[in-house]
Amino acid sequence: MATFWIILTAVLVSSACAILGCFLILRRMALVGDAISHAVLPGIAIAFLWSGSRDSLWMLLGATIFGLLTVFFIQSLQAGGLSSDASIGIVFTALFAVGVILISLNAQHIDLDLDCVLFGEIAYVQWDTLTLGGTDVGPRAVWMLGITLLVILVVIGLFYKQFKLCAFDPALAAACGIPVVLFHYLLMGLVSMTSVASFESVGSILVVGMLIVPAATAYLLTDRLGRMILYSVLVGAASSVGGYMMAYAMDASIAGCMVAVAGILFVLALLLSPKHGIILRYARRKFATR
Amino acid sequence: MGNWILSILSDPNTRWILLGCLLLGFSSGIIGSFTFLRRQSLMGDTLAHAALPGICIAFMLTETKSVGLFLFGALVAGIIATFGISWITRYSRIKQDAAMGIVLTVFFGIGVVMLTRIQHGASGSQSGLDKYLFGQAASMVMTDVYVMGGVCLVLLIACLVWFKEFKLVSFDPGFARGMGLPVAMLEQLILLLTVIAVVAGIQAVGVVLVAALLVTPAAAARCWTDSLALMVVLAGIFGALSGATGTIFSTFVPNLPTGPVTVLAATILFAGSALLAPRRGLLARRLRSMQAKSAYLREERATLQTLSAQGTQQERGEL
Repeated sequence: MATFWIILTAVLVSSACAILGCFLILRRMALVGDAISHAVLPGIAIAFLWSGSRDSLWMLLGATIFGLLTVFFIQSLQAGGLSSDASIGIVFTALFAVGVILISLNAQHIDLDLDCVLFGEIAYVQWDTLTLGGTDVGPRAVWMLGITLLVILVVIGLFYKQFKLCAFDPALAAACGIPVVLFHYLLMGLVSMTSVASFESVGSILVVGMLIVPAATAYLLTDRLGRMILYSVLVGAASSVGGYMMAYAMDASIAGCMVAVAGILFVLALLLSPKHGIILRYARRKFATR
Repeated sequence: MGNWILSILSDPNTRWILLGCLLLGFSSGIIGSFTFLRRQSLMGDTLAHAALPGICIAFMLTETKSVGLFLFGALVAGIIATFGISWITRYSRIKQDAAMGIVLTVFFGIGVVMLTRIQHGASGSQSGLDKYLFGQAASMVMTDVYVMGGVCLVLLIACLVWFKEFKLVSFDPGFARGMGLPVAMLEQLILLLTVIAVVAGIQAVGVVLVAALLVTPAAAARCWTDSLALMVVLAGIFGALSGATGTIFSTFVPNLPTGPVTVLAATILFAGSALLAPRRGLLARRLRSMQAKSAYLREERATLQTLSAQGTQQERGEL
């Protein structure tokens, strides 16, 4: 049963991340996901200090606010003429520093482990269960991530066309009357929400890895957005299952193994993709010149 | 105040930490200027994460916790990561930011796997390895400062020797190629120097925050000047200042970690620069635009007046 819950949690995280990751990759904002998932740390710490409990709702709220703040700061610096990479670098390191300081100054009062936030411990998911009306209904993380995934599916499903246009051609989208900025913040809000919902149970490496790597793999395999999302989710799920097996065999970090497997799948796609793969492209060029 | 600083400096341990952080800030500020101009500011973050498997492999192979060996392992991993990034961007449709993200997460994931293997392994104690994640400036000793000094010297000499080449490559790689400069090699050289700075910084400020030392002082320096030479020097000074501030504050308040305070000091310097710098600062720009607006309005009013005067003259003429 433990295996089932762990894999289910991982698949939920990777599916949520994979869907959002596709839009991030297309908008060339891959590292914004990395930035957000680090910059929500002060939000978590403040929510923790303020509410005095590990209540997920407060943490979710605090972290989402800080995620959006991050995006806002990055946007303002860019509007001030700074390049996007520098704005990201300045903002998220500063916020992360604030988070680390808050946690280390209050280390006696909080039992929030820095290591735990970064790596998470997906193996403990099954013990933290939710009880509804006296009955045990399964791990809390599964419920939280399930709701997050549902929110993502609903939002992306409702505004698929708008998100698609914003991803490929923001100028055209703006000309069509789509509130581009609103959709930008909506997407970033979803990323913040996902990163914090996953944080507690799986840590930030898995989130960042699953945001970027499966989506990039899918990007090598297809030119259609709908298929890209589907492939991305499949790659994420395959990495989750493969990573669990690898971690089981090696007795090592589950989240780390999942990201490592995603990396292996990416390299395979890079080499073997029918249209964009290095090997086939090389072969085609050889064939064409002959 | 002065007394208080003197009392801190009289502690030899703190003196070493202060010197180390100063040197670290200085050298990362200098090399950070080039990565900043080349729009590779997040390279520091990527390389710092990517160094983790190198550190772990160095430990697994030798089973000793020696700083020199760790640095070597991190250096090798960092170099492999830079090659990986340029390889992915060159041979596929993946853009640089995604390539950096992929290398960052996958290398770090592998590093964490190794870290847990070490933890579960027979050799047991991995304590001391985890300090590379969050950094522990307070554990800096004399030899670390010597290493930092060496790194600083290497970076300084390299930047002095190849200043012209780096300048060209940073501003106009196409032109540099046209002049016959080995652009790809110079770019790799800048990345190598970045790796060295990052690796030296990891054990003081940790994996995530090392990126800040590369970006933030350089961005702050950029606000003040348009000359590269001045910018490099300023970035070095800003970095060193942040390092010193971080050390002094963290010795003053118990439980305050040095790395994050250093980063916040750099951020405050940046915010101040972005606000107050004479030409590119926010206040100066606001003032200029207000002046331009009022000048425009004055001109507009004057034109309107002459036009209306002409109009009344014409009306009179017609009558």
